[in-house]
Amino acid sequence: MATTKPVIDLARVTKTYGEGETAVHAVAGVDLVVERGDYVAVMGASGSGKSTLMNIIGCLDEPTRGRYLLDGVDVRRRQEATLSRIRNRKIGFIFQSFNLIPRTSALRNVELPLAYAGVKPGERRARALAALDKVGLADRTDHEPSQLSGGQQQRVAVARAIVTEPVLLLADEPTGALDSHSTADVLDLFDELSAAGRTIVVITHEVEVAHRAKRILRMRDGLIVADDRTVPVHELPPAFRVKAAAS
Amino acid sequence: MNIQESTRFAIQGVTANKVRSALTTLGILIGVAAVIILVAVGTGSSKAVADSISKLGSNVLTVSSTSTSAGGGRAGAGGPGGSGGFAALFGGGSATTTDSGTKSRSPQLTMEDARALTDKTTAPDIEGVAPVVSAQSVTATYQGASHSVGTFTGTTAAYLLINNDSIATGSAFTDADYNDHARVAVVGTTVAKDLAGGDGTSIVGKTVAFNGKEFTVVGILGSKGSQGPQDQDDVVLAPATAVQDTLSGYGSISQIKVKAASADTTSAAQTQVETVLDGRHGTTSSDRDFSVFNQAQILSAASSSNATFTVLLGAVAAISLLVGGIGVMNIMLVTVTERTREIGIRKAIGAGKGDIVSQFLLEAVILSLFGAIVGVAVGLIGAHFTIVGVQPVVAPYSVILAFGVALATGLFFGLYPANRAAKLRPIDALRYE
Repeated sequence: MATTKPVIDLARVTKTYGEGETAVHAVAGVDLVVERGDYVAVMGASGSGKSTLMNIIGCLDEPTRGRYLLDGVDVRRRQEATLSRIRNRKIGFIFQSFNLIPRTSALRNVELPLAYAGVKPGERRARALAALDKVGLADRTDHEPSQLSGGQQQRVAVARAIVTEPVLLLADEPTGALDSHSTADVLDLFDELSAAGRTIVVITHEVEVAHRAKRILRMRDGLIVADDRTVPVHELPPAFRVKAAAS
Repeated sequence: MNIQESTRFAIQGVTANKVRSALTTLGILIGVAAVIILVAVGTGSSKAVADSISKLGSNVLTVSSTSTSAGGGRAGAGGPGGSGGFAALFGGGSATTTDSGTKSRSPQLTMEDARALTDKTTAPDIEGVAPVVSAQSVTATYQGASHSVGTFTGTTAAYLLINNDSIATGSAFTDADYNDHARVAVVGTTVAKDLAGGDGTSIVGKTVAFNGKEFTVVGILGSKGSQGPQDQDDVVLAPATAVQDTLSGYGSISQIKVKAASADTTSAAQTQVETVLDGRHGTTSSDRDFSVFNQAQILSAASSSNATFTVLLGAVAAISLLVGGIGVMNIMLVTVTERTREIGIRKAIGAGKGDIVSQFLLEAVILSLFGAIVGVAVGLIGAHFTIVGVQPVVAPYSVILAFGVALATGLFFGLYPANRAAKLRPIDALRYE
């Protein structure tokens, strides 16, 4: 590791909606450090504050109080333009509903973050093709989202998330809209990415998904109530290790 | 993110919903085409009027009476004695002038006024003078056919020269006919065709009754076409003497047409006309009972009223262009709402405000640009057709203006929806279903 800076460093972070009597503390004071290369699952029932926490980590929302360093950079009180640049450079998003741009080919979807980053067309195309190849969709580059299955769409979304080489992959219920076969595909992909050294944070309420991670956090009422590490940070994710041993 | 990239996204957005884009474009298209065609109609009618006025010649002056008091009692404009050339015709006529009106105030123009203008010593720049006697509501009958004559003019042979009239068939009447009070007439093509049928030439040499008074048709005028609603071929010309004998009576004359020696001496000739007539009528420039127009004045009066007409037409068209622009804004607002989620995705993966603004603004501009281009084409094609009797003349400024306004409309009306899109917070936009 070239750097020892943690990817995520949250200190006493709160997020409050409303004021006074009616104030709702969606996140009530979270301290969290995620090291580079970790694979973390955040679990919790709906209303536990995990989505708000994910928005804060993803720089889509600002914490009311507390400090947040993303890859060593303080992201509080930044201009919107700066935040979109930070999101573009440091974070790859994977959403439950895929969130691909409709009527736009898989290749163009994957190229999009590079276009916003100002990468030249030639290089952009090469990198997007490489990312699509990595998720196993090299033969589907010209397909539009409506011509792809749910699992394929989510793999395009993963390709779009990794194409900028971000320090953090942030997945919000990535398998929530998928059948079991596609779920297995996407989770295997996550295992591979984790094995390759990527930092992944997955928000989920599915136990099977959480058990693929190296570390499981449980949230309730805006607080982290449990923090279980199953595998050390720099070792392979559990399912991947089993598979590697089997072959 | 460069402009090419934004343009590609914008084109994608426009083509995603082709019917809607086409209808939106149609609004701009109609606006642009309307501006071009209506301004062309205005310009065309101005040009038609200007052409027909300048056909009369820029060195022709028209003297008309501005007094409304009746002067019908003045008789004695008897046939002048001389002959051969109209200067001699009037100049030598003093012998038979029995009228005592010289130097006294007369309310109307008379034959003597016309005669006085032919005096080369007081009016050296005047080349020709033709009195105009009009006979009202004249009906011509010939072998059972009848025709209501538009303009029946009694004048001298000089009139044809001054008015740039030509003779197509037969011959004109002469000064001798004038002196002899000969009942001869030259008719316009409309009159000839109406009475004789066919091309009308068979009427030459025949006798036609005008309000029962018989005149022999000696010639047919060359066709001059129509000026707006007025058919310039629906005319009959006859010697003023004969007309006064038969149809109009010996009252005042309605106009005196004066031709200056050249275009350069027109204003000198105008001054001479005013001096001579002021002397005869005992008037000054402040209480003048006649007025002298030159073609330039008539032209400027006509073109100023035409300019008003053109501006009105243009304004109506501009309103339709504005409505088209509002259509663009409406559709862009719908598009932004519809694509809220897409905007959220783009912002989440790194699109800045500027990226979103330029994408949606370009969409609006592409819609209006396309409408403007097709609108210009439709306008230019439409201007080839004759509209309500006017051949439109495309004014280059109207094309540039319509095109520019259409583009500016797209920019202006696209700005609000684009900004609204850019202001969306990604977290809200992503949650939008």
